[in-house]
Amino acid sequence: MAENFEQHSDVSAADLARLTQEAQAEATPFTAKIIWSEFKADKPAMAALFIIVGFILFVMIGALFINTPKMMETNIMGYFNQPFTPEYWLGADSGGRSVAKQLIVGSRNSIGIAIGLTVISSTFGICWGLISGYFNGYIDWGMQRVYDFMMMLPMTMMIIVLVTIIPHYNSVTLTLIFSIFYWEGTSRLIRSRTLAESEKDYVSASRTSGTNHWKIIFREIMPNISSLIIVDCTLSFAENIGVETGLSYLGFGLPSQTPSLGTMIANANDPNNITQYWWTWLPAALEIIILCLSISYVGQVLRRAADASQRQGAAD
Amino acid sequence: MWKTILRRFLIMIPEVIILSILVFLLAKAMPGDPFTGSINPKADPQQIHHLMKINGLYDPWYQQYWQWVVHLFHGNLGNSYQYQEPVTRLIAGRAGNTLWLALFTMILTYAFALPMGVFAGRHEGKLPDTIIRVYTYVTYCIPFFVILVIGIWIFGYVFGWFPTTGSISAEASGSGWLQTIGSRFYHILLPGILGALFGTVNIVQYLRSEVIDAKGSDYVRTARSKGVPSKDIYRHHIFRNSLLPIAAFAGYSITGLLNGSIFTETVFSYPGMGLLFVNSISYRDYTVITALVLIYGILNLIGTLLSDIILSIVDPRIRIE
Repeated sequence: MAENFEQHSDVSAADLARLTQEAQAEATPFTAKIIWSEFKADKPAMAALFIIVGFILFVMIGALFINTPKMMETNIMGYFNQPFTPEYWLGADSGGRSVAKQLIVGSRNSIGIAIGLTVISSTFGICWGLISGYFNGYIDWGMQRVYDFMMMLPMTMMIIVLVTIIPHYNSVTLTLIFSIFYWEGTSRLIRSRTLAESEKDYVSASRTSGTNHWKIIFREIMPNISSLIIVDCTLSFAENIGVETGLSYLGFGLPSQTPSLGTMIANANDPNNITQYWWTWLPAALEIIILCLSISYVGQVLRRAADASQRQGAAD
Repeated sequence: MWKTILRRFLIMIPEVIILSILVFLLAKAMPGDPFTGSINPKADPQQIHHLMKINGLYDPWYQQYWQWVVHLFHGNLGNSYQYQEPVTRLIAGRAGNTLWLALFTMILTYAFALPMGVFAGRHEGKLPDTIIRVYTYVTYCIPFFVILVIGIWIFGYVFGWFPTTGSISAEASGSGWLQTIGSRFYHILLPGILGALFGTVNIVQYLRSEVIDAKGSDYVRTARSKGVPSKDIYRHHIFRNSLLPIAAFAGYSITGLLNGSIFTETVFSYPGMGLLFVNSISYRDYTVITALVLIYGILNLIGTLLSDIILSIVDPRIRIE
């Protein structure tokens, strides 16, 4: 290609090299590079990122070494054992079960469900938003009415009703049930951006030259709004941790023999536990708060990276 | 204008119909039947069969649905088998509690959010703005039920400032109306404050950006050049201008308040519709469940409708064509 170009043009090789270099210097840097320099510029964000990644790895690996059914066995000797003892770092609950071990397995379950929910609901929401925003007219109108209808449904109630109808559910079915109701926010955001993006010249140029609709949507528009997608996924991940734990807290999430951060906080429903045996529920509550805050903080940094006018990093 | 409102209503009708079908089918799919618990365990299976037959439980679903709708319009939602009383009466007894709590939370939310929004917009980029931004960010991120549990722990149990259960204390329920109102108010105080403190983010952010936009507009410059004091400009000119769209948020926030009521009422053992729902689920009391899901859905719809109408009055661009 380059040889061919040299034969037919009067630009010298030196000029060509210079032009290429200039073009590369002025081109928008890769999203990953922008994000990385943004994190380097913001030390607390870096710390938050390490806390999250380190913590998730810790519970995922740590949970492998814990035998859940054995851990959930009642051990009368450990009845409400005090925390900070060598055998029970964080004490034990009414069944003498170690709170620290439950916290690790519970975090694994809750975070796992939140990740699954984020992947499924965001994928669906992104596709929905892209299609609805790209195909204006009847398709968009119909999809908007479905969206309106979903927004009207009392979400928490519908999830609880569905959970009671399904006879044997586990974390996978639970994730799917949650996903039915949690794609709306993403889809609305993506739709409005797609609407704006579809007006742009590159889309109409591509359309005029006969590119397939699906190729325009997924290979041309989607990469252009990828930074928005990354930000939205991070923020919904933080929100989704609250979804599963909230339902488990009410008693309609994971079954009681499967620990989750929500079922641990549900220990606080007992007036005795909440004051006397605070270690049965407070660690889980604090963990959720720290986790949600750090994930959203990372999300804020990503949002700054996505918006060129707010960047603090050196990449721009 | 009227055309927009009429259109908005017409779109609402199929939504309500689909919702009612969905709710009806979900109720059908739930385990148990309406006679569970109301008949004596020694009853003849033949008799139960007969009962189900005369009550139309073997009819095709659309006929049963139609029966249910007809009953619905006669105000008959069936009997709750857990409480052995008509569902309409049961819910009517609880609805007041939920609605008072929601109304109180909403008023407090506005009371907190309006000054914060104007203040943040006025001091854009300065310290107060940063503090308010961090505050809204923190309150937005933390799941609401965690806040409720920690709130009831600190203020209800450790300090003992607020009641931790019920909607009225035992002594107050027998005495005069002043004590009754006082006790009821005392019971919604903590959940109301927590709900309001942690629900301001939308209003604050919207008002802040409105104020920042308005600061550079012509009418503000005119007022300034006339010599109107800065305080009055914010209070009478800018704030009054963004009041209506802010009011429209009230409709949208109904969805959030109702969703939150399930958690609030469970944590505070507050006898409203949310707690009734959670209890009915554990007893599989499905006449109550269907009625509550339907009521919550319709309230959500009315809230969105109100907000949409207010916003379309304020902003002609978003009227449906």
